[in-house]
Amino acid sequence: MKQSLALYLRYVSIHIKSMMEYKLSFFMTAAGQFLVSFNVFLGMFFLFQRFSTVAGFTYSQVLLCFSIFLMEFSLAECVARGFDTFSVIVRKGEFDRIMVRPRGLIFQVLASRFELTRLGRMLQALVMFWYGVTRSGIHWNGLKVITVVFMLTGGTLMFCGLFLVGAALCFFTLEGLEVMNIFTDGAREFGKYPAGVYGKRILQFCTFIVPYGLVQHYPLLYLLDQKRGIVWVFVPLLACFFLLPCYGLWRLGVRRYQSAGS
Amino acid sequence: MIRMENICKSYRVAKRNAGFKEACRTLFRREYDIVRALDHVSFTIEDGEMIGYIGPNGAGKSSTIKILSGILTPDSGTCVVNGRTPWKDRQNHVRDIGVVFGQRTQLWWDVPVIDSYELLRDIYSIPPEVYHEHLEELTALLNLEELLKTPARQLSLGQRMRCEIAASLLHGPKILFLDEPTIGLDAVSKLAVREFILRQNREHGTTVILTTHDMQDIEALAHRIILIGKGRVLMDGSLDRLRGGGETIDETVAELYRSYDI
Repeated sequence: MKQSLALYLRYVSIHIKSMMEYKLSFFMTAAGQFLVSFNVFLGMFFLFQRFSTVAGFTYSQVLLCFSIFLMEFSLAECVARGFDTFSVIVRKGEFDRIMVRPRGLIFQVLASRFELTRLGRMLQALVMFWYGVTRSGIHWNGLKVITVVFMLTGGTLMFCGLFLVGAALCFFTLEGLEVMNIFTDGAREFGKYPAGVYGKRILQFCTFIVPYGLVQHYPLLYLLDQKRGIVWVFVPLLACFFLLPCYGLWRLGVRRYQSAGS
Repeated sequence: MIRMENICKSYRVAKRNAGFKEACRTLFRREYDIVRALDHVSFTIEDGEMIGYIGPNGAGKSSTIKILSGILTPDSGTCVVNGRTPWKDRQNHVRDIGVVFGQRTQLWWDVPVIDSYELLRDIYSIPPEVYHEHLEELTALLNLEELLKTPARQLSLGQRMRCEIAASLLHGPKILFLDEPTIGLDAVSKLAVREFILRQNREHGTTVILTTHDMQDIEALAHRIILIGKGRVLMDGSLDRLRGGGETIDETVAELYRSYDI
């Protein structure tokens, strides 16, 4: 484990060295990422100028929800970018190379891409988070801080799981599937609001099928004192179980792998 | 020792006629051809042999190499390399092999070659003293001194190929797979690469399996050739046996292809 981490850091250092070869491109992309998210932030700002609450949530509460969700997404994208762009890895034959190295496949795919530019988005999320935390009128205590940490953990892993599913599907199609973007980029958009505002059916979907709700809706209600009981602190961690079926699909895909010709 | 017995592998290949209308039609109804890439392929290779694995394009050379290196899982048949089945015990198997795909690079594009090597050292967990010994030897033999500090993208094809070969040998593999190692090289680089491979085999007893369309490579390196066509092993023996004398190696092989009608 410790050795894998050291190796991962070595990969990261090479990624950073490569990135520094194209400094301008790096800063422009990072700035772009920041601005795109800033747009969304503005959109919400103007919306709430007209309507003071959405389904009972105030501006700062929604902002808190969105910023945490966005952080999870950005972290996952930063780390699991290899799965997000997996169709490229397969088509360029990089996956063949990965197969002839004596390390785990998932580890190597994770290490093969590292998107530091996503930190632009992360920065935006942090600004919103800070705003949300100070304005939402939440009475913070130790348990609530832990809840936020668990939300970040569970959510990041859940998004990694979604990227993994997208990657696994590439084994069957050899092409990236736009459908998956509904669940990743799409979720980032509709995840602005707690899943509960979309109605009962959607909330059920977001609880039992793809567990978005577990990392934003329920714990958010706990943070806002609308749900009580220590059990809600741990709900976000349940999202980790989502990784199991994703991993299963990945294994199935690897066995079916037909490398690209050369 | 490598033993392959009755290995079969077939692919499903989508087919369609040319034209836009056809393309639209196949969007909804796809027809597939089953292509038998390998049809009961069997052979045995002893330690320290140098094998030329030849055949026309699409004969199944790459598929064989990919099965031997653990990338592909065959449909049926057994394959044992140094006592292991490649696709079942992938991680342990690949520690003992080195693979050079002539058309694809394993070096990191934007960083100096030495950085790629150090990453490989960590991936294979090569002990530092062994790594230094191997690196020194390879640097001297392949004349890499000047190249190690250059980013891979700035190397010429011949320089890059020498670096690729060194990268595949850093961990001291017992078996080396070379897939078109001299493609696109000038005469001087070609001779250098050949000389090096011969030496590697002589001094370290490395088993070399070489696929190429360059018959001079075969003539210079291979003691034994295996001819494959339409997924079957057609001939297995020494090159001298085939030649009447007088004609060039290209003529001999072309005659061979014609006589087997492949």
